[in-house]
Order: sequence, then structure tokens, then C-alpha cells
Amino acid sequence: MSIPDFLVHETNDTVGVIVVEGIEAGQKLSGWLMETDGDISIQANDPIPLGHKIALGDINDGDTILKYSHDIGEAVADIGKGHHVHTHNVKTKRW
Amino acid sequence: MSKPKFWGYRRENNRVGVRNHVVILPLDDLSNSACEAVANNIKGTLAIPHAYGRLQFGADLDLHFDTLIGTGANPNVAAVVVIGIEPDWTNIIVEGIKKTGKPVTGFSIEQNGDIATIAAASRQAKEYVQWATELRREECDVSELWVSVKCGESDTTSGLASNPTVGNFIDKMDAWGATTCFGETSELTGAEQVCKTRAATPEAGEKFLATWQAYMDEVIEPNKTSDLSDSQPTKGNIEGGLTTIEEKAFGNLEKIGKKTRFIDVLTPAEAPAKGPGLYFMDTSSAAAECVTLQAAAGFTVHLFPTGQGNIIGNPIEPVIKLTANPRTVRTMGEHVDFDCSGMLRREMNLDEAGDGLIDMAIRTANGRLTAAEALGHREFVLTKLYRSA
Repeated sequence: MSIPDFLVHETNDTVGVIVVEGIEAGQKLSGWLMETDGDISIQANDPIPLGHKIALGDINDGDTILKYSHDIGEAVADIGKGHHVHTHNVKTKRW
Repeated sequence: MSKPKFWGYRRENNRVGVRNHVVILPLDDLSNSACEAVANNIKGTLAIPHAYGRLQFGADLDLHFDTLIGTGANPNVAAVVVIGIEPDWTNIIVEGIKKTGKPVTGFSIEQNGDIATIAAASRQAKEYVQWATELRREECDVSELWVSVKCGESDTTSGLASNPTVGNFIDKMDAWGATTCFGETSELTGAEQVCKTRAATPEAGEKFLATWQAYMDEVIEPNKTSDLSDSQPTKGNIEGGLTTIEEKAFGNLEKIGKKTRFIDVLTPAEAPAKGPGLYFMDTSSAAAECVTLQAAAGFTVHLFPTGQGNIIGNPIEPVIKLTANPRTVRTMGEHVDFDCSGMLRREMNLDEAGDGLIDMAIRTANGRLTAAEALGHREFVLTKLYRSA
């Protein structure tokens, strides 16, 4: 079992979490889908720091972001698959 | 994992402590100097200075008294010297602590001055510390351990691994009949409806939601700014990859495990009264404020998962720090008691991590100093409900 580059909490999630340092754009990443103990892979299209999120598919401006299968906020820009998902393109719905 | 035992100090009221502090407790900010002087005179005592205690009134004053009384009453404390500027409020603290049956004496400064007060309080403190140092630990059932939890400087690794590790601990301890507590009212925002479903009864669920809503209405709504001025999430949270309060809240909620249901909702510093089980306490999400309130409610060991590396300790309740962030382990390992970063590498599973944390909690209860204790972290921060008169 190799060391994963990123983890995904649940099958429904639209983002994963990078768990290693130094991910560069263009790098092919291997991931672990924790809910099913499954494997998943994706290409990073941005440099993404440890702990930061990667889009698992294309996300449109206004889409709800799902993590833990739950609503964790709203995209405020289009986010392409493999791109960095963070405060520059996602906003809370609460305040 | 089989049910462990630990070695603790059985107090006069039958509660069990894991530390044996003789505390020099100021009623108010004015009395900090005298308390620190006594603690300097008498080795093995611990002064707990703080910023408040003057011109408070109503519910804010009640919480001040409850927090100080609860701190002195905590079973990690063997005996207490209370010093205040005047005798009446000082005596309220003394009488509150005295209900536990433990030794406690009050001193007041007006009409005595600092020097005479320090001399008299030092003589009493010396008697207490020599008495307390002869107390012996006895073997106790793990159900007698009261454990509080709160996370800080969280990041996405908290929700992936360190918070679920605490949750695994809670699930196992709950089955063994322990008393446990989580808090952080504002930091459940986004996950409040899911949290409500984790109540053991509909009443407890409604009480939680009402408590959360009151915090929103009274604290957040009148004062809110965009992203709460980078306080929810914090700068550290954002650096660690957390984007929104909702994301942080679902990670936070991982700390209460998968099976455990909370049985009641406590007001700040309120001691649990419904027997063993998991309790929610209405607290700020600021680390020291929350842990201070949990310690004042009688919790004796604290589990503190962190992502980016919150370094908090508490004067009387040992704070066990765990992290799953490999960078935090590398760059500030002296603050970490339990490293569960192996979970991210699939080298350690959740059950193993939970067992490892139980082992660390038992060793801590038995007397091992936490990283925060060894480094001298004694953050004691009183929650203030509104400005003083």
C-alpha cells in the first residue's frame, strides 16, 4: 500500500485533501477514498500545499462544495478539475 | 483494547484527580501580585493569575465565581489558598470550594496590606503543600477519569485524522462509563443540525440547538464581520487548508466519535450532573477560554488535537496535544504528545490511533507531564460575558 498524495473523506465529496508537501502542477496524484478504502487518482493542475484541497471534478461558480458528504460552502468562481480549492474561490454560506 | 486502570488521587468528595496542585488563587486582578509572591515563597504551590474580578455583576459575576470555585474544586487540586482585595467576595470563593471537603483558606488585603497578607498566606500554603505531598495515588477504574476535548489551530489533517482519533477515544471511553465533554459553540456552525442528531434524547438535541442559536443571536449576529475578521476560520486554519466555518465544523464534530451520543448540555463551567456520558458545554472556541471552563467543571485530563500547532496548556488540567500534520510534527515536535500523522500515510488505522491515545491519556493520568506542562504552558483565561460596570 503506497503512501497517498491526497485523501477523500467520502464518495460524494467534490474535493480531496493533499496530505504531502510539495505537490506541483502537472503531477499525477494517487489518493485514498477513506469511506470505501478505495483508490483514486487525479492530475494536479496547480501547485497545492499540504492540507489544501483539490477539485475532484469541474466545479461551476455557485456550486455547493461537498466534503464529509456535507455542504461546506459555495464556489465563487469556476474551478477546473485538479485545481486548488480554497478561500480565493470558495466562500462560507454562514457569514 | 482491554479496559485500563490508572493511578489517581482520591479526594474528600470521592472524585479522582491526576495532579496534586496546591493552588494560590486570586479572587481579582489586584490580588495577583500577592498570589505570585506566595507561590514564590512556598515551593510546590501554583499561583493562577488572571485579569478580572472587579465590578462584574449579574450573570457575568456568577460565571466569574463559578469558574474560580470550579477551578479550586477540581480534583487535580489538593488544597487552595484564596486571596482577594476584600473579604466578602473572597469568602464566596472559599465557601464554594469548601463544599468539596478539601482544605481551603481565604485571605484579604484591605486593612492588612500585601506584605502581611503574603506572610499569613505563605504560612498556610506551606502547611498545605507539606500535607499534600504526603498524599498517595491509588488505583482507579478508568470510568473515574473525566476527559474534556477541544481542538485548536485546526487544519484539514484535524478532520482527517487527529479529531477522529479523539472520537475513537471517546467511543471507547463512553463504553467504559467515563465522563467526557466537548464544547466550542460557534465552531459547530454549519454542522449544528448534524450535531443535534448526535444527542441521546430529543430534549438534549433541542437544548443544544437552542444554545447554539442563542450564541448566534447574542454574540455573533450583533458583532459579525465578513469571515468574523479571519477568526472563523483563523489565519492558521486557512494556512492549513480550511476554507470555511462549515468545513471546520464538520472536522470539529469528528471529535465526538461515531457512536457516542451526548446526554446533556452544560452552561459555561457547569459540572455534569447526569452521571457518566458525553456532555456538550456552551463555550467560546478560543482554546484557553474553553479549556479553563472545562477544567472548572471538573474535567481532569484534556485531549487537544491540533493541525498547525496550537501550544496551549492549562494550570490544573493536563492538556495532551496530538497532531496528524507531518509538518507540525517536524517543525514543532516539542509540543506534541501523540503523533498520529501515520494515519495519513496509511501506516496507522483509526483503531490503533485511538488505542495509542488512550495509552497516552493513562500515562498522563499516572503522572507523566504533558508537553505543555513541561514547557510551562498555564493559560488560564476567564470567559467574560459583557463589560464590567
